[in-house]
Order: sequence, then structure tokens, then C-alpha cells
Amino acid sequence: MGEKHRVARTQRLELMTFALVCWLTVSAPAAEPQVREAELKRVEVIERVAPTVVAVFAKGGAGGGSGVLVSKDGFALTNFHVVSGLGPFMKCGLNDGVLYDAVLVGLDPTGDVALIKLLGREDFPIATLGDSDKLEIGDWTYVMGNPFLLATDFQPTVTYGIVSGTHRYQPPAGTWLEYTDCIQVDTSINPGNSGGPLFSSAGELVGINGRGSFEKRGRVNSGAGYAISINQIKFFHDQLKAGRVVDHATLGATVTTDSDGGVVVNGILESSDVFRRGLRSGDELVSFAGRPVRSVNQFKNILGIYPKDWMLPIVFRHEGERREIHARLRGLHAKTELMPGPRPQPKPRQPMPKKDKDGNPEKTPDLPLPPRPDPHAEVAKQAIPEQWKEWFVTKAGFANYRFNQLEQDRVFAPLKGLGDFASAAGSWRLSGQSATGDKFELTLAVKGIGLEIRDSAFFQQLEDTDPADEPPGSGGFLIAAHQLRLLLQTGSKAFTECHYFGSEPLDGRGESVDVIVTTLGAIETRWFFSRSSGLLLGMDSRLYEDAEACSVRFENWIDFNGRRLPATWMVTSGEKEFATLKVAKAELVGKK
Amino acid sequence: MKIENCKLKIDGQPLAPNGLLVSAAVVRRRLLSACSHRLVRFAICILQCSIFNACVHSFAQAQTTRNTIAVVQPKVVKIFGAGGIKSLAAHGTGFFVSKEGHIATIWSHVLDADLVGVVLSDGRRFSARVLGAEPQLALAVLKLNGAEGVEFPFFNPDEAVSAGTGTRVLGFSNMFNVAAGDEPVSVVHGVIAAKTIIEARRGVFDSPYSGPVFVVDGVTNNSGAAGGVLTTRDGMLLGMIGLELRNAKSNTWMNYAIPVKELSNSIQQIISGKFERKKDPNEDEPSLKPRRYKPLDFGFLMVPDVVERTPAFIDSIQSDSAAAKVGLKSDDLVLFINDELIQSCRMLQDAIGRLESGDQLRLVVRRGNELVTVEMPVPRKKD
Repeated sequence: MGEKHRVARTQRLELMTFALVCWLTVSAPAAEPQVREAELKRVEVIERVAPTVVAVFAKGGAGGGSGVLVSKDGFALTNFHVVSGLGPFMKCGLNDGVLYDAVLVGLDPTGDVALIKLLGREDFPIATLGDSDKLEIGDWTYVMGNPFLLATDFQPTVTYGIVSGTHRYQPPAGTWLEYTDCIQVDTSINPGNSGGPLFSSAGELVGINGRGSFEKRGRVNSGAGYAISINQIKFFHDQLKAGRVVDHATLGATVTTDSDGGVVVNGILESSDVFRRGLRSGDELVSFAGRPVRSVNQFKNILGIYPKDWMLPIVFRHEGERREIHARLRGLHAKTELMPGPRPQPKPRQPMPKKDKDGNPEKTPDLPLPPRPDPHAEVAKQAIPEQWKEWFVTKAGFANYRFNQLEQDRVFAPLKGLGDFASAAGSWRLSGQSATGDKFELTLAVKGIGLEIRDSAFFQQLEDTDPADEPPGSGGFLIAAHQLRLLLQTGSKAFTECHYFGSEPLDGRGESVDVIVTTLGAIETRWFFSRSSGLLLGMDSRLYEDAEACSVRFENWIDFNGRRLPATWMVTSGEKEFATLKVAKAELVGKK
Repeated sequence: MKIENCKLKIDGQPLAPNGLLVSAAVVRRRLLSACSHRLVRFAICILQCSIFNACVHSFAQAQTTRNTIAVVQPKVVKIFGAGGIKSLAAHGTGFFVSKEGHIATIWSHVLDADLVGVVLSDGRRFSARVLGAEPQLALAVLKLNGAEGVEFPFFNPDEAVSAGTGTRVLGFSNMFNVAAGDEPVSVVHGVIAAKTIIEARRGVFDSPYSGPVFVVDGVTNNSGAAGGVLTTRDGMLLGMIGLELRNAKSNTWMNYAIPVKELSNSIQQIISGKFERKKDPNEDEPSLKPRRYKPLDFGFLMVPDVVERTPAFIDSIQSDSAAAKVGLKSDDLVLFINDELIQSCRMLQDAIGRLESGDQLRLVVRRGNELVTVEMPVPRKKD
């Protein structure tokens, strides 16, 4: 009986043990692996992206911030307000424990972005750029950087939180540091995090952290941090890489909300491109750059992410009629405002918020996070390191002209392959038929330009005469053709000023093209080069600032006696076609 | 036999979308047919189960948070009203508690206006008036004007839930008025760090509300955040975000929400018009306080009395007045009147109101870092 009992008890015990083991191995892990999985994923992401995070220091350690590497040869993004005042050279630490020399490349004071280049390696680890427009509220994000300059070994500090808002607008301090279409996160951002990366949960770079809302709790995270969207930075990236001090766009018109909630133009500059394209006071904006315009705030938000001088599509309603135009946008600042030198410091918050027209208080600017000064550091003299001195070239209007020279060399290189134009110093005669069947002859002589077409003749003298809109309504096609001749024959030296602008979508709707800007007297020409083939795709030449440009688009570069020239010239001005010229014969005379 | 049971349990996991279940089942069958050993089969079962669960869970979680936010945000509104001076924000947050457009929010100075502006998450604008308030619960209920026939997404306060320490939560509010345009409010994440009771008292913790609260580890309570909602990760209503609360000694701030369970009765009563305000035991019996004199009788004006305890700052001085003669200045903070400590504009009005002709009025004011004492005679009143 007792024996039987014992056996039963042993069996019961075995059963219970088995049940317990089952329960432990099945139920408990059912909850834990997902936690472990998520944790492993975070660890993996952090390990993968941490090597791309940069700790930025002023020479001598008198302040600093964060940054992130975006190209193997060392280009890194950071905030304008981090590098402002650091001088052309700085020190940057990576999580390999090495301190690298770095040089300033480009500045975007309005957007609070700067591009620097770490020197000494061609195989830097780089972050993958994500699509910040795909972020949704609630998505997890990582902030990495050097808050409070804690990381003496340059291992970035990692914080983790969610996206609190997308497409946010944070007003500027003065006219600088305006955060448009930015990302709001509850991920902890503190002084020193400025310029560092915001990564998506997949480890893609989606923003550059730059400011937070601080009110009464001191200068520490208060649950609202803001990052400049990477999609905005992509628009400016080529301009920054060209060593420029870039500017953001403005419409050339002011807008307000009408009684029906529409966004309506209430003031417009008559010298602006939008005015020349037909936008008038009282017109209602429908869409801008392909995004519908719903409110003044939201319009400012869309406008603010675009560079000055880009051409963008605008749809508006004029007296009930829907119109679509492509207009080149003006700059937010005068050129002189963007000159290097001491910059306006952001003002502290206004204690009395102003009211907007709806009676809601206008938002007061939040202070950006400044580099945290180290009180013990001595201010080091800005001695340019001997080893790197060729990496920095000063020129008015540029953050570092050296990088513009490099880009110009790159873009102009394919021109040499077109043939020997330098020896063709005499008259150039191009003839053929226009698309409408009219015979034409274009003569580019040293002292003047002539065009005969449809029994008419037009002439532009090049000496002792002001450049004119010849043929009338073409925007100055004769002068434009002369600019092309100068470029082919002499190159950039033919012009008073020449720089690489960056990239832009051709005509506001086409492929992304490299842009060179030249000036000769008052004549400004934008040259568009294919980024794949290197070929010259077109030019926009204006006789003076705010004049309607003459746009020439080139196709079919063919060989004319050893020199390649475009066989098709499409000439338009103000979106109106002037003529399409098909060149059949080109005679380029050597010495006159 | 037992292993089979195990498998059943695994197959019975109701978490997966159908496609996932099918493909997982196929993989499992192939694996199982390849090995005959029971233990191996058992191990595979467990391994599969965990990998599978992990995938499904993380996918499901990402989806729930996005969905929760998409469902909750249209129920939360931005409120614009009085304020905008010193550090008093003129914006706040509220949430719909009925489909007819009743909004629950925090009882604060923002509502000290005849009409307040309400902006919905999609940018629609309405005006609203205060239908009723329960200051002891820091609760006010608004009703949208001109919203007849419009239906709004809302939280039913009777369906508010409670949650324990460690529950993961989301906070929704127009903190810092970041969402000033036609955009939804900000969302922050956190965990319930404690459930506790705060007491209304003056001094270190000056709280207008006393009662149970959820304390949160995330920064939910910022300027303008009060009146927002705290929900679980799956969007169940937990609490209403309270006013900013600071410990004056440690200069630390508390992040908390008032459980909506505590408020739902009052909300329903205010909506139905049957509301009877609970009597505040601390409240003085209303008495007929004499108001014989006003600050203007001495030639100065106080700042607008916008909150319960507006600091007694002098706003302006009339030229050629008694106040101008003794050298009072705007922005002077009145600390004492005839040795009586003055803590607010209201106390100052009372103290001046009690003066009688022939008295001396002695003021101690703080000007910057110094204390200044001035004295002037109380003028004779012509009644």
C-alpha cells in the first residue's frame, strides 16, 4: 500500500516537474524572446551606426558638439551653430578612439547645417541616408552624439525615444536657424547633441539634431527635441560640398489666409520671377513643389526646405483660372548678409509672445543648443595645421573655396573632350533650319553677334554697347550664344566670376543637374551639366539681375570638323518658345 | 502525448496573420519529418515558437503604436485662451468626451476668457465656452459653438481604465504649442512610475489638485500640456495630464496625470447639466469685504489679476499722483502693506480696501534686489 503510494507520488512528482519544465521552457520564453530580440536588434543597430558618429571639438577643446559621417572620404554633417566660431579647422573624435583633423566645407546658416570634412582617411565608416518623409509619429528613433561633452573616449551617448511630431515648424531666431518641416522627438537631446544624427529604428540617418524646447527647466531635455530633416539637407548637400555659404528660398511674395481659409498672395515683388510668370496679389496658392498648400504655416514649412535659385513648380488660381508655372526662387538674405565673419547670435526668448491674426500667440523661438564651453580650456590660436593647409582657401562668399575649385574642375573636365576651341579665335558661323523650316545663320564674331532668320536680321555689338534683349523677346539670345562661345573657347577665365552652385532639378521638373554660375559684367549665366554624361544640357542667361532669362537647351552634340557642338538649340524665354534651331553646318575660323 | 499538447498550444497562438501561420506550419512539418527524435522535435517546436512569436510581436507592436496614435490624435484638441504674459502660456490641451463636441480640459487661467479658441487635429477651428468646472478636481468642461450636426471622435470617460506601475503609456498634448498649425498634437512615450496621492497645499508643492495620480517617467507635463491625455499603448484612456508642478526646494518637476476615473462623474454631470459643485472645506465663507479704496486712489495700477494668486506687481504709475511722489515704479513687487504680508493681487485689493481715511499706507516693495519702503497718507473719500 505504502509502496504503491510512493510510486504514485514519484509519478506525480515527475509529472509536476515535467509540467513545470514545459511551462518554463514554453510560456516564459514566449514572452522573453521578443524582448531579447528587440534588444539584440537595438544592440546591432547601435554597433553598426556608432562608428559614424562624430564628436566635434574646437581646437583647444573650447566647446564642441556632434556630427555624422556621410561619405567615405570624410564629409560629415553637423550644425551651423556648432562650427560657427570654431574657425576653418577643428578636431573630431570617432568611436575608434582616434582624434582626426577636420576642415570646414560649407555652411547653411538659415537651416543650421554645416558640412565638414575629416582628413586623413578614404575609408571612413558612413551612415546610410534614409527618407525622413517616411517617418511616422510613434516610430522609434536613436539620438547619438556627445551631450555635455561627456565622451572623452569619443564613444557616442545613445538615447532612444519616439517621433512626437512630423513636418513641424520652429521659427527662426532673427532670420537664422529656422527649422522648417522638421522632426520632433521625445528622444533626449541635450547641449552637446547639436549636429549629431537622428537615426530611424533601422539605423538610417533621418535627421540632424539641433534644438529643443526649453522654458523653465534649465537647458536640459524637456521632452521636445527637434531635428532638421535629412530630406531638406539632401537638397543642399551638393551646394554645401561646394564650399558655399548657402541661402534658402523665398517666394518674392507674401501670403495670408483669406476668409475661406485659402492661402492668398497679399503682396508681391514686381521684380520676382513669380510675378513675371503671372502671379498677382489676390491669387490663391494651390500647390507648391508638388505639395498641396493648406495654410500659411504649412506653406512656410514647405518653402523653407528649398534652396535659393531653385526653379520649382507652383500652381495657383488667378481670377478662378488654375495656372501652373515654374519659377526661380529668390534668396532669403542679401549676399552681404551671408559673408563670413561674426554672425548674429540668436536672441533669447521674447517674454511677451506676439499674437497672430487669429489671436493665437505666435510661437517664440526655442534656443538652439550651443556648443558647451569648457571653462578650463584655453582659447587656442587658430594656427592652420601645416599638413592640411592646402585644404582651406578663403574667398568672399564661400565657407571654403578649395572645395568649389575641386567641383569646378570636376564639372569642366568633360568640356576638354569636345575639341580644340581655344584655337578658334575668329568668327564662328552656325547655320541650318529652324524647327518651323526657316533658314537661319548665327554669326559669333569677335566684335559682335548676328542672327539672320525669317528674313529678319538681329545684331548685338560687343564693344561700347550695353547688352540688349536681341532678338526682342528672346531674353537676349545673342548674348547667351556669346556666353557659350566664351565658355567653350576660354573656359571659366573668360568670366569675371565663376563658381559651382551645386545641383538642382533641371527646369524644376527634370533630372538633377550640376550647375555652374558665371557672371560677366551684369550678365549672369547658369550652366546645366548632366551628372551622368557630363554633357552641357543647357544654359539660362540673363542680361541683368531680375531680367527674364534666355533659356537654351542643347541636344545632339555632334562632330563638326573635329569639334563637338550641339546640333539642336531650343531657345525659350519666360516659358515662351522663341525658336528651335537645328544646326547643319558649323564653321569655326582660327585667327581672324 | 505531452509534446503533442505542446504543439497544439503553439499552433493555437492566435497572434499571427494567416499567411505567417501557414508558412510557419509548412516549415515546421518539413523539419519535423526530417527528424524522428522526440526531444529534437520538441526543441524545434520551442525554437520555432519563440522566433515566430518574436517576429509577430515586434511587428504587431510597431503597428499598435502607430494605430493608437492615429486613433487618439483626432480626439485631442488645442485650446487657445487667456494668458501670454510672463510665464503664463495662452495655450492648452483638451479632449473630446462626447460626439456633440464636449471637451474636458484642465481648469486653468487659459479659460479666463469669455470664449476660447479650439483647433482640431485636422486644423478645423471652433470657438468654445466653459460649460462647467470643478476646480477641486482641476476639471473644466467646454462645449464647442456652432458644431450642431457635426460628430466628433471622442473618449467615453466612463470607459477610462486604470493601470499599474510599469505600464507603458503615451502622452498626447500641445506642449510648448509646437503644433501651432493645422497639425496634430505632440506624442511622448513613458512608463507609469508610480500611482500615488498628491495633496493640495501651499509652499513646496503648490498643487491646485489633490487626489490620486499616475506619475510618469517621460516628460509629459510641459507648458500647454495640461488637459492632454495619457493612454495605454493600445489607446485606452487613463488620465488627464495635470498642470506643471514644481518642487520649489529641489527645482524638480513632476510628470503626472489625473485618473479620468476620478473625473468621469463630474464630466457627465456637467454635460447633463445636473452638476453640483462639491463644497470646498478650505474655502472661506463668502463675506462682504469692504472695498473702500482702490490702488488707483493712490495713483498706481496693478497687473491684471489672471490667476488665483497673481503676484502683486505694480503695472503703472499715474504721473503727479501720490504714488509717483513717493517714488513707486512699475514692476515693483508689493510685499507688505502696513506689516501685512501680501501674496497676491487679490490680497492687495483686500488690504487697500480695508483702509480708512486718515490712515497711513505703508508699502514695502521689492525693486530688483532691494527692498524699498514708502509711506503715504490715505486720502479723504467724498461719499
